[in-house]
Amino acid sequence: MKSSVITFPGSNCDRDMDVALNKFGFKNKMVWHNDAELPKSDLVVLPGGFSYGDYLRCGSMASKSKIMKSVINFANSGGMVMGICNGFQILVETGLVPGVLLRNKYLEFICKNVFVKINNKNNTYFKNLDSEVLEFHIAHNEGNYFCTKDQLKEIDDNEQVAINYCDVNGKTEDQFNPNGSIKNIAGIFNKEKNVLGMMPHPERMIDKSLSGEDGSLFFNNLINNLK
Amino acid sequence: MKISVIITLKKDVLDPQGKVIHQTLDGMGFNDINEVRQGKYFEIDSKENDPKKAKDKVEDMCKKLLTNLVIENYKIIDVQ
Repeated sequence: MKSSVITFPGSNCDRDMDVALNKFGFKNKMVWHNDAELPKSDLVVLPGGFSYGDYLRCGSMASKSKIMKSVINFANSGGMVMGICNGFQILVETGLVPGVLLRNKYLEFICKNVFVKINNKNNTYFKNLDSEVLEFHIAHNEGNYFCTKDQLKEIDDNEQVAINYCDVNGKTEDQFNPNGSIKNIAGIFNKEKNVLGMMPHPERMIDKSLSGEDGSLFFNNLINNLK
Repeated sequence: MKISVIITLKKDVLDPQGKVIHQTLDGMGFNDINEVRQGKYFEIDSKENDPKKAKDKVEDMCKKLLTNLVIENYKIIDVQ
């Protein structure tokens, strides 16, 4: 399986993602934002970080960069595109997934482990995964998912919510919502479910001695689903 | 031409920064404020000399980059 991680000026989780993808069997290539062509890929990842210093709105500049035309074409033709954290912010700015990510409700930069409940397994990212709840890491200032009422209805109707913030038992109550996101939304799909944007970082949970291994479950399952 | 644009958050969108500014002003004794909403202001100096064309171009920029229309509104307030 081949993957590509796009590096924008200010990306800082690109190498972590590269390590994670290679660890679980992907042959990963790093792709510079100013390149025009994507290498042949089974998965394209937009990594976390602070592309363009978060100027104007997080992800807004990166969403207009040269490589993104190819990424958008790839996604529109059914290619798997995953955006993590700043990558999610870039995805919403391209319009590939609906909504926006606002400043966290309590104006804090949040950096901690969270639990997320998988809301929809009928897709290549989560199908066959044994767990219902995963422990991932979040580190963001603008992760407060927001969309219009009409968009929310469409998202619900099309089962586009991927994961919700929850407690260890999968309870998705308000008190387990770290940043004010509508309905505890931590990640969403496009309609076709080939594009996934999420705030939590699975690539930070791939080593038992460092953090946790729920990211390993995710990546192992993902590559098996892609085979 | 110089074009000025202001960008504001839509009514239903939470503005935590505006809220904190409001609270701080309140604490300073400015206690007759109903609400504070924070926005953005842009001055764009364009080579275009036709006011109508310059305005249209900035409007296009607003739709394509300067504003996220899910949460923000824009208003061109000055063309000169």
